[in-house]
Amino acid sequence: MAAHQSTKVLYGLYNDEEDLKHAVKVANAGHLNIMDVFTPFPVHGLDPLLGLKESRLHYLGFIYGAIGALFGFGLMSWVFTSDWPLMIGGKPYWAVPAFIPITFELTVLFSAWGMTITFYTICGLWPGVKAQTLDNRITDDKFCIAFDLTEGADETALKNFFSRTGAAEVNIKTF
Amino acid sequence: MSQAVAPVRHVLIEGNKSYHNITEDLCSPTEKAPSKEWIIAFSLSAAFLALYTFAIVWTVWKGIGEWGSNRTINWAWDITNFVWWIGIGHAGTLISAILLLFRQRWRTGVNRSAEAMTIFAVMCAGQFPIFHMGRVWLAFFIFPFPNTRGPLWTNFNSPLLWDVFAISTYFSVSLLFWYTGLVPDLATVRDRATGYRRKMYELFSFGWTGSAKHWQRWESLSLILAGISTPLVLSVHTIVSFDFATSIIPGWHTTIFPPYFVAGAIFSGFAMVQTLMVITRKVLKLEEYITINHVESMNKVIVLTGTIVGVAYLTELFVAWYSGYVYEQFAFYNRVFGVYWWAYFGMMFCNVVSPQLFWSRKIRRSIWWTFFLSIVVNIGMWFERFVIIATTLARDYLPSSWSYYSPTWVEISIFTGTMGLFFTLFLIFTRVAPVVAVAEIKSILKVAGDQYIGPKAHKKHEQSPQSAPVRNEDQNAGL
Repeated sequence: MAAHQSTKVLYGLYNDEEDLKHAVKVANAGHLNIMDVFTPFPVHGLDPLLGLKESRLHYLGFIYGAIGALFGFGLMSWVFTSDWPLMIGGKPYWAVPAFIPITFELTVLFSAWGMTITFYTICGLWPGVKAQTLDNRITDDKFCIAFDLTEGADETALKNFFSRTGAAEVNIKTF
Repeated sequence: MSQAVAPVRHVLIEGNKSYHNITEDLCSPTEKAPSKEWIIAFSLSAAFLALYTFAIVWTVWKGIGEWGSNRTINWAWDITNFVWWIGIGHAGTLISAILLLFRQRWRTGVNRSAEAMTIFAVMCAGQFPIFHMGRVWLAFFIFPFPNTRGPLWTNFNSPLLWDVFAISTYFSVSLLFWYTGLVPDLATVRDRATGYRRKMYELFSFGWTGSAKHWQRWESLSLILAGISTPLVLSVHTIVSFDFATSIIPGWHTTIFPPYFVAGAIFSGFAMVQTLMVITRKVLKLEEYITINHVESMNKVIVLTGTIVGVAYLTELFVAWYSGYVYEQFAFYNRVFGVYWWAYFGMMFCNVVSPQLFWSRKIRRSIWWTFFLSIVVNIGMWFERFVIIATTLARDYLPSSWSYYSPTWVEISIFTGTMGLFFTLFLIFTRVAPVVAVAEIKSILKVAGDQYIGPKAHKKHEQSPQSAPVRNEDQNAGL
């Protein structure tokens, strides 16, 4: 998550994702507590270095899809067998093969919407949310490592770390 | 290492781009005043949109009798146009979903605009069945909901209702997929903007920061959406083909329809992507991102799917003859030599013969040939739907009700008008959002940029992280 209210953040900007990954390794070796890393595009190989566990979003996708399938199939079965059985061309009321297309479409619909809404909610991203942007160039070509200074971190040690790992710029920003 | 893999990889980003160059090139069209070409194109499209609006108001006011459809040929231009537009939409999902699963990197240059095209094409498609209902203010009856009419439910066994579910699911899932991909790029535009534009993009980019965890979830979401969109896109045109295939009309009642419709949809969709991309890359100066390699890859898909469609046409004829069933045989004889013979031969020439020119590498890599043939293919695919629908209905079981159909000015206006709707939306899109996925292009730069691979390569990216500061100077010197 981005910084909260009245948070003092020390951040360094790198010019290349390889520099960033190298810096994260150095920070891990020195037991520095990285608050967050911001990049203009997904950098592969960064997640294990930051100790981020694999996202569990796809499990939810399966669950939402299963709900959609049960809802669709259940609704059609209930309507055509008990609520309003309709005789269509002498075919069985409970016409399972004919229910497959709609069941499938609802599986996909529920899964996609459920996952997408979950994604935006857990990331705290919604229309009207103001981005806690440290630097405008992070969405362009800069790779950023941020440290939280409010917890009484050693500022000089962190600045040393940035200069040792080749950060192009080091700044402090308070939200 | 790069030597060993270089021959199979193509350069997909030309011009020795840095990350900043990419941002600059792809975001700047949204920041500048529109070009003269854009204004002319937009005015023309808006004029056709106005024509569409007029013809639709006319239809609703006067009734469906204003169309040329009659008692025998009750599905005519409207369903032809519906299937045509839906088919066009399929390329977007194919490029963004199926090619993502196949790890085809060239999709990155064209996926964003192809997905936008999908959404706009499905919007155009939706107009036809909705207004064909006649009493369009009762259109919500197609959705099953608890009501005071009995309760009267929809017929869940009907392929027409399956279509309602398929098309609406397809539209909304495509929209989610496209917009979620767009959010990081809108944040890039936001961070470059000032004033009211910044406020606008702040709203549309949902507060995106580029945090590592967000990127991880974003990638996970994109992959799963791609995974479920793949069977979805196949199901949509399968269900559209069920509208015909589950009927008992000779010429429609065939099991070959689902795969043949899906191949045709991909075929026409790629042709439309080509038409749009050839113009867009020129007007927005994106030739270094949508390269000749991209154009060639798409032309290969066109020749493949065009050939599949050709085999399907011939298979249909063979099966009709082999069935020994006189009505089936008549339906196909009538299709080829009947009153609409010209549509059949137009279809055969445009869809089966013309794409074969793409076997030639020279033609495949020629912008002018690509543009010309993409238009020919789109005309051919329109003929295909017209042949299947109008020709078949024109000669039904009872010779006394045989009929002929030609469109009225209202139908012609609605059809050309949906093109106005499509191009108006696409042109607005090119002004408000990056038409090439910025973040995705950056993520493939080091495997597909011409400074890293190909004959002009002068950089290697397999260096150890320790030498990083040296490489940075090197990279800045390149600017």
